[in-house]
Amino acid sequence: MKLKFTKISAILLLIVITTISCKDNTKPGLQYFPDMYVPIGYEPYSDIQVGEHSMGSMLPVEGTIARGQVLYDYPNTIQGYDDAKANSKNPLMLTTTNLENGKKMYGIYCAICHGKKGDSSESTLMKREKFVGVPNYNDRDITEGSIYHVIMYGKNVMGSHASQLKYKERWQVVQYVEKLRQDLLK
Amino acid sequence: MEIVKRHIKLTRLVACLAFLMFFATPSSAQESVEAEVTEDLSQYQTESYKKGRSIFKSKCASCHKLDKKFIGPGLSNIGDKREVEWLQEWIKDNGAFRASGDADAIAVFNEYGGVVMSAFPELSNEDIDAILEYTKVGEKKKVGAVAEASEEEQEGSDAWMVYLVTLIIVLGILWVFFKSDNGFLKIVSVIILILLLVYYGFSALMNLDVNEGYQPIQPIAFSHKIHAGDNKIECQYCHSSAKHSKTSGIPSVNVCMNCHLLIQEYDGDVTAEHNKEFYDGEIAKLLDAAGYDEEGQYDGKLEPIKWVRVHNLPDFVYYNHSQHVNVAGLDCAKCHGPVEEMEEVYQYSPLTMGWCIDCHKETQVDLKGNEYYANIHKQLAAKYGVNKVTVAQLGGKECGKCHY
Repeated sequence: MKLKFTKISAILLLIVITTISCKDNTKPGLQYFPDMYVPIGYEPYSDIQVGEHSMGSMLPVEGTIARGQVLYDYPNTIQGYDDAKANSKNPLMLTTTNLENGKKMYGIYCAICHGKKGDSSESTLMKREKFVGVPNYNDRDITEGSIYHVIMYGKNVMGSHASQLKYKERWQVVQYVEKLRQDLLK
Repeated sequence: MEIVKRHIKLTRLVACLAFLMFFATPSSAQESVEAEVTEDLSQYQTESYKKGRSIFKSKCASCHKLDKKFIGPGLSNIGDKREVEWLQEWIKDNGAFRASGDADAIAVFNEYGGVVMSAFPELSNEDIDAILEYTKVGEKKKVGAVAEASEEEQEGSDAWMVYLVTLIIVLGILWVFFKSDNGFLKIVSVIILILLLVYYGFSALMNLDVNEGYQPIQPIAFSHKIHAGDNKIECQYCHSSAKHSKTSGIPSVNVCMNCHLLIQEYDGDVTAEHNKEFYDGEIAKLLDAAGYDEEGQYDGKLEPIKWVRVHNLPDFVYYNHSQHVNVAGLDCAKCHGPVEEMEEVYQYSPLTMGWCIDCHKETQVDLKGNEYYANIHKQLAAKYGVNKVTVAQLGGKECGKCHY
């Protein structure tokens, strides 16, 4: 009898210790009927085993246009910049809706370097000296075309923000940047 | 006795000596480091150095680095390589300088692919001298001040207690079975045993595919604490598709490179576990994936980064980020928790159906600026006798909204 008691207690102790120590947060938990959990279709970013890298997220095939995509004809060259600066015009009307969304988008994508007012001095990354030399909007001779061009392709240290903003949002940001510039020039 | 006493004295002496030596060595080493630092400090204090540094940071640094080639050439010790007069002319108006036919100026212009440098006519010769002093002295070297490692939080202590109490109870029951002859105690212990089994069995089943606290190891130890916490980058800067897509979006590497083209070294706070070398190594992994070689030049050899998805929903439930981010205007932290404090991201919420429904029952719909639905909102408010309808009353509790 005595032996049995010790034996069973030892086994129980072992079970408890293993269940506690096996809790591993780096691995997902158990699933019940995984065929209902795991999708058959491709999930975004999944490993699809097609093509060179088996990457699910890729650029559209060359020569095709994604739904909602609007083509931009100015090339990423110095000449293209000058052309866009002179000729490219904002297709959106100046409305409060556009301006408000432009402000929202500016707050997310631009203010981190250019600052809330566009003067770059108050931006978080400038103050922390992560980014330096971000120009003040009123120091630069910019037009709506050149602002859009720079959002599309970037300029100097600034990278392209075309992948984060859609066509309409980009022009809304342009509208808001122009407003900020006018406020700064006052 | 005499011998024993002496022996004790001797050991004490040895111990004292060892103690002294142990403490003496590191402290003297520390002193020497401090001495080196104070020696260097004076040259960073001059007025012209400070002035040069601030001009460089505001006007030059967007295209020039000190130590290496960037959009323009690296400018460390540029004053030794070129004549001061040449530099003055170049900086003030390099276009006119090139037009005057200076061979060196045209050569530099062509070497950097014809990228036009802005003219700086506003800079005086003294300003340029100050900049040159800055490029000569360079940036103050940071002494790696290691922040004290925070005390490890005692996580899971509650879980331990529960297990311990259960173990004691079970041991007691076993004792009753094997050691006691009391029939009543045996019946009671059987009931307790069954209750325990039901409790643990049920909770184990309820936790199937509930991954609260899931924290996979990522290919790059991306720190949300540094990016979202210290640098206050908006969530949607990187997760940009959250505003118009089902998924919140893992940023493609070009988004990383928007900042990391410039920031290739870490210079923020460090801990014993995560020091500068650690973070620099992680940034190096990113640069490698983005197609940059060790010198920071683009070589186009891309390598996909296989991030591990943290928040997984089963295929039989539909969830859409844009609806929650854009329409409801929820804060990301509502579901994802204090991401800005997470060194590596873990799943904060249980993501169970009960958890979804709880929020749908509580959340009131913002009716402002939603004229299209104004009529139906009015009807619903009248039907339920409330001023503001909740998401659940609007249909956010219907099965078919998420399961179809």
